[in-house]
Amino acid sequence: MNNAFNIVIAGVGGQGLITLTQILAEAALSEGYDVKTSELHGIAQRGGSIETYIKFGKKVYSPLVDPGKADLIISLELQEGLRKIGFSNPKTIFVVNDSFIPYHGGLEEEEVKGKLSTLLKKRLHLVPASLVCKKELDNEVVSGIYLLGFCVFRNLIPLKPESVLKAIEKNVPAKHLEINRQSCHLAKNG
Amino acid sequence: MKLDQKILLGNEAIVQGALEAGVNFVSTYPGTPSSEIGNVFSRLAKKNNVYFEFSTNEKVALEASIGASFSGLKTLVAMKNFGVNVCSDSLIPLMYTGTVGPMVIIVGDDPSCWSSAQSEENSRGFAYLGHIPILEPSDPQECKDFTKLAYEISERFKLPVILRTTTRVAHQRMPVAIEPLNPRPLLKGRFVKNSHQFITMPPRVLEMKKELLEKIEKIRQFSDKPSINKIYGSVKSAKLGIITSGISYLHAKEALTELGLELPILKLDFFYPLSEKKINGFIRNLKKVLVVEELEGFLEKEIAGLAKNNNPKLEIFGKNVLSEIGELGPQKIATALAKILGKKIKVQNIKPDIPKRFPKPCLGCPHIFTFSILKKMSSENIVFGGDIGCYMLAGVPPFEVQDYLFSMGSSTGVAHGIGKSTNQKVITLMGDSTFFHSGIPALINTVFNKSAVLMIVLDNRTTAMTGHQTNPGIGKTGMDEATTELKPEDIARACGVKNIKVIDPVNIQEYEAVIKEFLAKDEPSLIVARRICVLLAQRQVK
Repeated sequence: MNNAFNIVIAGVGGQGLITLTQILAEAALSEGYDVKTSELHGIAQRGGSIETYIKFGKKVYSPLVDPGKADLIISLELQEGLRKIGFSNPKTIFVVNDSFIPYHGGLEEEEVKGKLSTLLKKRLHLVPASLVCKKELDNEVVSGIYLLGFCVFRNLIPLKPESVLKAIEKNVPAKHLEINRQSCHLAKNG
Repeated sequence: MKLDQKILLGNEAIVQGALEAGVNFVSTYPGTPSSEIGNVFSRLAKKNNVYFEFSTNEKVALEASIGASFSGLKTLVAMKNFGVNVCSDSLIPLMYTGTVGPMVIIVGDDPSCWSSAQSEENSRGFAYLGHIPILEPSDPQECKDFTKLAYEISERFKLPVILRTTTRVAHQRMPVAIEPLNPRPLLKGRFVKNSHQFITMPPRVLEMKKELLEKIEKIRQFSDKPSINKIYGSVKSAKLGIITSGISYLHAKEALTELGLELPILKLDFFYPLSEKKINGFIRNLKKVLVVEELEGFLEKEIAGLAKNNNPKLEIFGKNVLSEIGELGPQKIATALAKILGKKIKVQNIKPDIPKRFPKPCLGCPHIFTFSILKKMSSENIVFGGDIGCYMLAGVPPFEVQDYLFSMGSSTGVAHGIGKSTNQKVITLMGDSTFFHSGIPALINTVFNKSAVLMIVLDNRTTAMTGHQTNPGIGKTGMDEATTELKPEDIARACGVKNIKVIDPVNIQEYEAVIKEFLAKDEPSLIVARRICVLLAQRQVK
């Protein structure tokens, strides 16, 4: 891997993006990559649009992902996925949770889905992460981990699933570990 | 010995650096992007025999550490950029007295205002105001290393040193080499009386200024060392070079990789005092130099001054190709370089047409009751004064009950002036932590100078926005020890406020009636709307 692999994670404040970012950073380090991440804290986290960046490779300098430079965009919410279109280029893969969180003045769900599939065509993976996690595990919070599982088991992130699973163990408190592990595995067959 | 690598946030790396350096005393007031420093110390202090406190505000945080330093302890103070404004009244004379035990002050700036209302403040400017040495790390490894370097400098030159981060440094993660921590005993210092050093009265104060300026010259010489302010690449045959610092260095490196260019870079670890020798050596034979720095072009002005004597034909680029507003990134720098070199680069600029999703109060947030009542009462005759905390969200749709917003505690200070100058009513919203931080003097002024401001203290039993730190109203210190629980209503009573009501904001009918009753008064009133932050309540159940 000559150039760094650039991931943008998008969502709404409170969806656990920082944990996902930590897990990916840890997994990349365990495979011997240089890694940098960037995230935001404070008022930015209170229910507004948020994004984090993870870049790994032989050598990474800036923690920021510039417009057009994302290899993979993972979004925990439909509209936030569409909002990140500026980070994509014609090769960028989108993995988007089929979950819609409406807000004052926002677009309609059907309009968002229509735009995503028209713009991205085969580059869009619309994943029912929240639905499956709620149904199978009675817990929507772990849908981010489900999306991570989806990405690593389908080789959308050049990291081994074992590395990601180990990183989950390292970053998730013991009492929540089992459900997170289950969620990651569910995505393998999902 | 091969050191362990651990993924650390910039702020965590600062804590690690301070612990490796053997810090004894830490005081802070939380503020994004510096808050995690206090949070981590709050957890680790006891185990590492460090004294830690969340202070009432940044001024007393600094003063606490001044006392500890004067007593010989190694101290750390942490705050966001606006905290320096608050503590500057003591910071500037501290430069005159100097320190006894070494002191490092962490200051987090926030270019692009990701988590800051108020202004896009560039706290590097304080270097000029106070002659304060400032180091600028660019990543978490440097956060750790520069914290230790700052202690070395402070120890040697007996001055506090500021470590200035920005959001993208403080909230950047990367693998950091960790040294094992040696157990140390909890250290008690001793204040050795020395009026010659500690009293800043004239005529001695002018002597002190002279001593300060001499120290700064010595630090400038220290910063000429080869291991500091390094040059990357060869400047010998180059026509164009880059001078940069902090996060901008990383962006510049990436921009060069992106463009396939090899240009020499002078990375300034010290913002102040500047290594004039290094800069002069770097620019001597260049035709052009690009100064890459975020916000105001302080470095650019300094470099222009040096070039006048040293290389008058040097073409200096900086704020003419890079904005003074907002943070930088690799692409902005690549574009600037392309412009200078007369090259064309493709820049993607797809902007999705989606309405902004504003931050909003969390589900079940007790502030929502207050915002809703105020929204209902909203009229041109009632002015709503905003303050710094989660309740700034009163200003975003659908509530929009915030007519002005400045600094910590200012809602009530400004309200008093509006009350005295108009026939309008003013209601101010202030959190518990902000009330203790700087709301009390403003409240006293409304009593002393007789205005009819209605102040609502939104007491959610925590400093919520910055990550649920304790404050003087909670009854617990930053080291989780029981302490006196101060109540805003008791303080208001002692300040001479006669109309006081404590209410649970869920009782909206009673709440609205009290607001109406107090608004009709021609003297100051205070309501404490007390209900725990919903996130904190959920966490306590878990």
